[in-house]
Order: sequence, then structure tokens, then C-alpha cells
Amino acid sequence: MTRRARLWVLTAGLLGTAALFAAACLRMPPFGGTWHPYGDRAVQAALLQRTANTVSSVNFDQRAFDTLGEESILFAAVLGTVVLLRRTSGERRVTPQPASVPPAVRRYAIAVLPLALLIGLYVVAHGQLSPGGGFQGGVVVATALHLLYVGVDYRALERVRPVGLYELADGVGEGAYVVLGAAGLLAGSAYLANILPLGTFNTLSSGGTVPLLNAAVGMEVASAVVVLLARFLAQALEIVDEKEEGRERGERRKRE
Amino acid sequence: MREALDDALVVASLLFVAAAATAAVLTRDPARQAVVLSLLGLGLALLFTVLQAPDVALSQLAVGSAVTPLMILLTVREVRRRKRRE
Amino acid sequence: MTVLPYLVAGWIFLAGVHGLATSRHLVHAVGCLAVTQSATYVLLLAVGYRRGGTAPVFSDTPPGTPVVDPVVQALALTDVVVGATVTALLLALVVQTRKRHGTVDPDELSGLKG
Repeated sequence: MTRRARLWVLTAGLLGTAALFAAACLRMPPFGGTWHPYGDRAVQAALLQRTANTVSSVNFDQRAFDTLGEESILFAAVLGTVVLLRRTSGERRVTPQPASVPPAVRRYAIAVLPLALLIGLYVVAHGQLSPGGGFQGGVVVATALHLLYVGVDYRALERVRPVGLYELADGVGEGAYVVLGAAGLLAGSAYLANILPLGTFNTLSSGGTVPLLNAAVGMEVASAVVVLLARFLAQALEIVDEKEEGRERGERRKRE
Repeated sequence: MREALDDALVVASLLFVAAAATAAVLTRDPARQAVVLSLLGLGLALLFTVLQAPDVALSQLAVGSAVTPLMILLTVREVRRRKRRE
Repeated sequence: MTVLPYLVAGWIFLAGVHGLATSRHLVHAVGCLAVTQSATYVLLLAVGYRRGGTAPVFSDTPPGTPVVDPVVQALALTDVVVGATVTALLLALVVQTRKRHGTVDPDELSGLKG
């Protein structure tokens, strides 16, 4: 198909979808309405399970099995990326040169790093009480570590970040979720059932298995993001193609 | 009064998100697109906050404004480096 | 106002698909897919909004206060993070495509090469 014909097909498809979607919007319940049958029931269930943050209750208690699926997609995507971005034959690893960072940036990054780490861990730990949880906190923890790359340089980041360990932690996080689910089976109930004592509403230990599943997800997400960024950073900074490297050296010699 | 203010905030952030999304699609250079995507991430986080979804806003803020644009920039750097040498 | 958020979600979706189909650079295409994906979050949260409701967190509001729908928020929340890792997988595929075929223009990738 030529580019022109393809554009026509695309336009027809987009216009058709737009018309159907707009027609559907007019028949939807109006925005901001009071009719939320699922939401109301989820809130009831969350209060019964003594979990203050309803969203966490939906994710890690009422729909915990669904979250296991989501988590497995995340795990598979990380695994695929690691396999795709490995060093192949004909590629060589070089040590990137240390870069100079303005002292103000360095001071700021080093001051913010522990604070950001702490906030990330807080967000994971308080997932059942306040907005947050394993998914959000995990990303905050992982990005906080990378302030070291912004503030100091790549080699400093590499020193505090043994990638192998994070890959292991990623697997352990995924495994812990599966095992916690199986604990429900052993206790004589259903898979991923909330079997632990529910605790006192609005305290750190409330919600039964919710904080534990949250911690497992936090561990997995944090190490997943660290591993992903590590692979992309290595690909962009460290790994060079031997053929291309030879060509570049030749060019440099010519210029000199 | 409060609901009118809520509505105004929702409409303003919706329009900002729509504009940022359009700009992100029309920016053909991937390195520039990463910057616009990070703006879109911020706009979405703002929209989710005014829609009373702090949980989603938090994850959107961390992912959309930092992780995704960073990965795109690193990929662009890698792809360009190889292109330049041919 | 009663349909504006839904229409904005539709607009973002169509804009993203348009960019995806007309893209001349695979990294740009992945960026457009991220835009398309964000349309689903806007639609989900718009469906769950309740005018005058607060966030569905009862650590400082008494039970019984009207809140917005937590179910759609839970759906959007996990997908934001999972979507980012899937974006990473696609970007890794772009890097591999570049290594094997020497181009990132989808139009130049038409033929199958061994």
C-alpha cells in the first residue's frame, strides 16, 4: 500500500472511531454523577477489612489476584528487556569517563538523596493508610538512587548498585507475592485470601496481608526500575560495537 | 462555590493535558518529544490530583515525568550514536 | 461539562493513534503509544469521578463521607507502572532493530531480513 492510500485508510478509521466514541459519550452516565455501584461496594468492603486506603484494599485484597497478573506482566517485561539489551558478540564494554558536575548540583543531589529514599520507603510502608503503596513507592525509591548519577557520576552509581542483587530482589519480590497467596490456601481459605488478623483501623499494622503484599510489590517495582535503568544506561554509556569503535578511532586519527 | 472551583480546575487541567498530548504527538524529534512527554506526565499528575485520585497521581508523577522520558532519551542517545558512525 | 472529560480522553487516544500510524521514527512511535495509553487513565478516572467527593482514603475523613470510585483508580494505578516497563521493553526492541537492520524508520523495515 502506498503512503497516500495508507493515510486515507487511517483518516477513515480515525473519523469512524471518533464518531462512534462521541455517540457513546452522549449515552454514558454524566461526568461527576453520584451513581458508582462498584465504588460504593468496594468502599464498604475496604472498611470491613479495616484498610483506610480503599485503593490499596482493592489492589491487594479485593482484587489481589488481578494484581498478581499485573505484577507478572511487569516481571516479564523486565525479563524481556534484560535479555534484549545484553551485550552481544562483537560488542565491548568500555569504562565511561568521569564527568564534572557543578558543585551546587552535587550538594543538592546528595542532600536530597536520603530524603527521597526515606519518602519512597514511607510511601511503601503506609500504602494501607495514606495514598501510596508498593507501586508508587517502589518507583520513588528507584529514581531516588539515580540522584547519585545526576549529582556525582556513573561510577558512583555503579558502586552502590550491584545489578545482580537487584535482579535477584526483583525475582524475590515476585516470588514473595505468590508465596503469600499460597499461605491463604494453607490456612484453609482461598488463594490470596486475607488470612492475617486485620488489626486496628488506621494503624500501620492494619489491613491483614495488605501491608505484606505492598512490601513485596514495592521490592519488585523498585528493583525492576533500577534494573531497567541500569540496562539502558549501560547500553547508552558502556557498550560499544567493536567495528564502529575501530571506525571512530580511524576518524579521530584523520582529524588529528 | 467549592464545586464551581473544582469544575474550573478540572476543565483547565483537562485542556492542558489535551494540548500537551497533541504537542507530544506532533513533536517528531524523539529527544524533544521526551521533554514534551515529561510535561504531559506532569499535567496528567495534576489532573489526577484534582480528580481526587492521589494514588494514581503519585505513580504518574514518578513514572511519567521521570522514568519514561529518561528511558526514551537514553534510547535516542544509543540510536543516534550508532547512526552517526555510519 | 458532562461529557467534556470523555471527549478529551477520546481526543488523546485518536491523536496518539494518528501519531503512531504516521510516525517515521520508532522511538517517536513508542512515545505516541505512551500518549495513547494515557487516554485510558483519563477515561477511567473521569468515569469514577463524583462531584464533591473526596479521595477514597479514610485515614483522616470519617467513614460515610462521599468518595470518588476507588476501583477505577486501582485499575489506573497499577497500569501506570506496568505500562512504563512495557514501554521499556518496546524501547529495547527498538535498540535491537537498530542493531540488526541499521534503521529506525518503520517504512524502511518493510522487507523481512534473516
